[in-house]
Amino acid sequence: MTLLEVNDLTTYYKLKEGRVRACEGVSLRLEKGEALGLVGESASGKTTVALSLIKLLPENASIAGGSIKLDGKELVTAAEEEMRKIRWKEISIIFQGAMNALNPVRTVGDQIAETLKIHDKLTDREAWQRTRALFEKVEIDPDRVREYPHEFSGGMRQRAMIAMAIACNPRLVIGDEPTTALDVMVQAQVLQLLQQLREEIEMGLILITHDLSVVGETCDKVAVMYAGQIAEYGPTEEVFTRPAHPYTRALIAAFPDIEGERALASSIPGNPPNLLYPPPGCRFHERCSEAKPLCREAQPRTININNHHYASCHLLDRQVKSCRA
Amino acid sequence: MLQTQTRKDRFTLLKKNLSTFWGVYRENTMGIAGLVILLFFALMALVGPHLVTYTGEIEGAEMVLQPPSAAHWLGTDDLGRDVFAGVVVGSRISLLVGLAATVISMVIGAIIGIAAGYYGKTVDTILMRFTDIFLVIPWLPLMLVMAALLGPSLGNIIFVIGITGWAGTARIIRSQTLSIKERPYVERARAIGSGDLHIMVHHILPNVFPLIFANTILVAAVAILSETTLSFLGMGDPTRMSWGMMLHFAFEMGAVSFGAWWWLIPPGVCVVLVVLGFTFIGYALDEVLNPKLRRR
Amino acid sequence: MQSLVSVDQLEVHFAVRTGFMQSMFGKETPVVRAVDGVSFELGKGEILCLAGESGSGKTTTGKAILRLVEPTGGKVLYEGEDVRSYNRLRLRAFRQEAQIIFQDPYESLNPRQTVFSTVAEPLEVNNLCRSLAEKEERVAQALVDAGLHNPRELFLRYPHELSGGQRQRLAIAGALVLDPKFIVADEPVSMLDLSIRAGILKLMVDLRDKKGIGYLFITHDLSLAWLVSDRIAIMYLGKIVELGSADKVIKEPLHPYTRALVSVIPTPRRKVITQQSLLKGETPDPVNVPAGCRFHPRCPEAKPRCREAVPLYREVRPGHFAACHLLDS
Repeated sequence: MTLLEVNDLTTYYKLKEGRVRACEGVSLRLEKGEALGLVGESASGKTTVALSLIKLLPENASIAGGSIKLDGKELVTAAEEEMRKIRWKEISIIFQGAMNALNPVRTVGDQIAETLKIHDKLTDREAWQRTRALFEKVEIDPDRVREYPHEFSGGMRQRAMIAMAIACNPRLVIGDEPTTALDVMVQAQVLQLLQQLREEIEMGLILITHDLSVVGETCDKVAVMYAGQIAEYGPTEEVFTRPAHPYTRALIAAFPDIEGERALASSIPGNPPNLLYPPPGCRFHERCSEAKPLCREAQPRTININNHHYASCHLLDRQVKSCRA
Repeated sequence: MLQTQTRKDRFTLLKKNLSTFWGVYRENTMGIAGLVILLFFALMALVGPHLVTYTGEIEGAEMVLQPPSAAHWLGTDDLGRDVFAGVVVGSRISLLVGLAATVISMVIGAIIGIAAGYYGKTVDTILMRFTDIFLVIPWLPLMLVMAALLGPSLGNIIFVIGITGWAGTARIIRSQTLSIKERPYVERARAIGSGDLHIMVHHILPNVFPLIFANTILVAAVAILSETTLSFLGMGDPTRMSWGMMLHFAFEMGAVSFGAWWWLIPPGVCVVLVVLGFTFIGYALDEVLNPKLRRR
Repeated sequence: MQSLVSVDQLEVHFAVRTGFMQSMFGKETPVVRAVDGVSFELGKGEILCLAGESGSGKTTTGKAILRLVEPTGGKVLYEGEDVRSYNRLRLRAFRQEAQIIFQDPYESLNPRQTVFSTVAEPLEVNNLCRSLAEKEERVAQALVDAGLHNPRELFLRYPHELSGGQRQRLAIAGALVLDPKFIVADEPVSMLDLSIRAGILKLMVDLRDKKGIGYLFITHDLSLAWLVSDRIAIMYLGKIVELGSADKVIKEPLHPYTRALVSVIPTPRRKVITQQSLLKGETPDPVNVPAGCRFHPRCPEAKPRCREAVPLYREVRPGHFAACHLLDS
């Protein structure tokens, strides 16, 4: 059953200098209980996609087109009133900096209980009971509900953030770089917890990260973003073992692998384009080692490589190939 | 061969920095309003005294306390002097005292603030307790006592206002210094072998400078008010006309009981406008130089 | 290999600030043992990696060697001389030869300094140039060495006008301009995007090959450590638990902590996280260091002896050191 369907989502930021095309023509599909990884480097538009999904964009940004359907319900046109009910009850988000997202002068338990009281209209006692149960679920000692965020370690704070995100049993959880600031071992613990919870409560998960390994570890499907667009999309294993887009290939090659050869991979030359003035044609052509003249002129189509594996690249386009021949 | 540090390049750099700054500043309505007000008064102080004749001499008895007319736009005072000319001439002293006193308090405040924040520990404790004393002493009586002791001269007035106004600045600069000295670039500067003075001048000062600058503007407003207050209370230099002095004479000579509003209101309005102008610019700069406050 | 830096039982302890009441009642002030007896040698032109999780004391070790943090015990020998005995003048000279590159290229550059003045500053501070032309020449050369071509076009730019990779190259140029023999690189690429990391690392390795610079490379990323360094030292709670050649430490780790870390080295190609590979809990606070082996509360193979006696740090195999009771049989 399809949980989330995003079609041609386009979000712009308005600046003095003009429009920043942070996210353009993004289409995604998430089945119930599935995990999707959204990977990209800094400023690739992945966070914009996340904020668009739950409509928490900053004031100067707006969704310019496309549709977001959660269980068939359209969110792009939904009123703020309606969104407030959907947020947390149906879609929740885990933010990157747990220290900043928690209020330092209130106890952690208090903040989770508050969420429950607001959204699930629970009484004080019920809310605290649920909070203790949630702590147990994310593997923190429930007796620590009355402690303040600074008394928690980095990993525990991130667990508390997860507890808060799953408090109202949402059907979709968005994790915005949930493990980025954590040590490798703690990151592994948190990823494993997310995996467990996903199986337990059947929630859909969208994991936004710059780290390919995080996606490889937890996600069924992956979407690789570059300069505001999706370059490649498909089942994780398939994409990582047989990458079709030159950008994905370069990204995977740049990831050090201790099983592989002990040599520094070549980096991708240049920098990502400024999205105020995106280059014409394929947005990756300036850094692509295989770019053809056509790549400079026309935007590539999205090509279906085989079932559920898509990439946007002229080099894969049979029509283009036959034209040239 | 291309030389970076030639005049031309420095000029290019300055121009680039200024145009970036102006690009943001001109979006700020409040800042532009303040700038217009201050430019008006600056012009008045610079060229005004050359355009009007103000002798300070006693005119004929029939000219005393005339209401505004075509000949005397703002009427005359008890000695028959033109009030408009007085306001124009007085602007020079008022602004001079205000700005000079501001420079003094900013220099003291910046040195004490940076030194306290950078060295920390004992130096910090001693300097900050010293600052606290200046912060809690009621500044008006202090100014009055000092002005009375030193005697009423222009230099003394500037000194008295300057020496009492730096404490708040020092506190603000200190807290900013505390945060900047922990930045990695200060540590990097230490790693290349820089001494304390070099770090304070090249790394801390440029980064607290926007704060000093924004604060200067607000201190200037207070300094001009202080000058007016001191002169009004008779502690000013009686040989030099300033707005405060005008108010002082007007009050002494009973302008209120004569109903001579034209003598009281113009210098008062000028003080208010200048203070308002400085305050507007101060808030605007705070917003421009502090990106966190900048509206999107 | 000739030794460039030799660290012997280095200690950095910080006193924790406590409340007035606590010191009134004569409670002992707690001490953070950030670095607690670290010893290693770094040869000329060698890249030694100090790896560990946050709170392991790896950054403090790097800064203590340069005396950016004052050591509280032990010895640091630079070319045979004790760095801790240096007076002001000698320290200044030492800091021309020993440089540091910081993690965050956004924070380690003064936002109000142009590219030129950032790189020229070390020359000015140390009065190294007689003429402006010479200064410009050296600044331009350092920028080129750091991989920034057309340096003169960049002279009047500010850091915020550069990309992340360019900024880190600028920071490297600021270190190179003094012709250092030793560089502490504190997580130099962890803030950068994956696609530009390799370029920066290659630059560092090239500089070693060309100029014979010795590096202390500090990182939490074991796969990067394995790629660039000659030897790797693994730190846990202020102590080195294992040290050896990069290949040996990663492929044949001796210490249970290293084994656990190696087992979760992230890779996109396969799933590595399993219940067995995960250590329980997190690195404890360096204020309350566990007795005996510091790692024993989290060690999956801990024996009763580990709780009591501190294991000896010794050469288990030629050139491969470790501190663990399980290796003592």
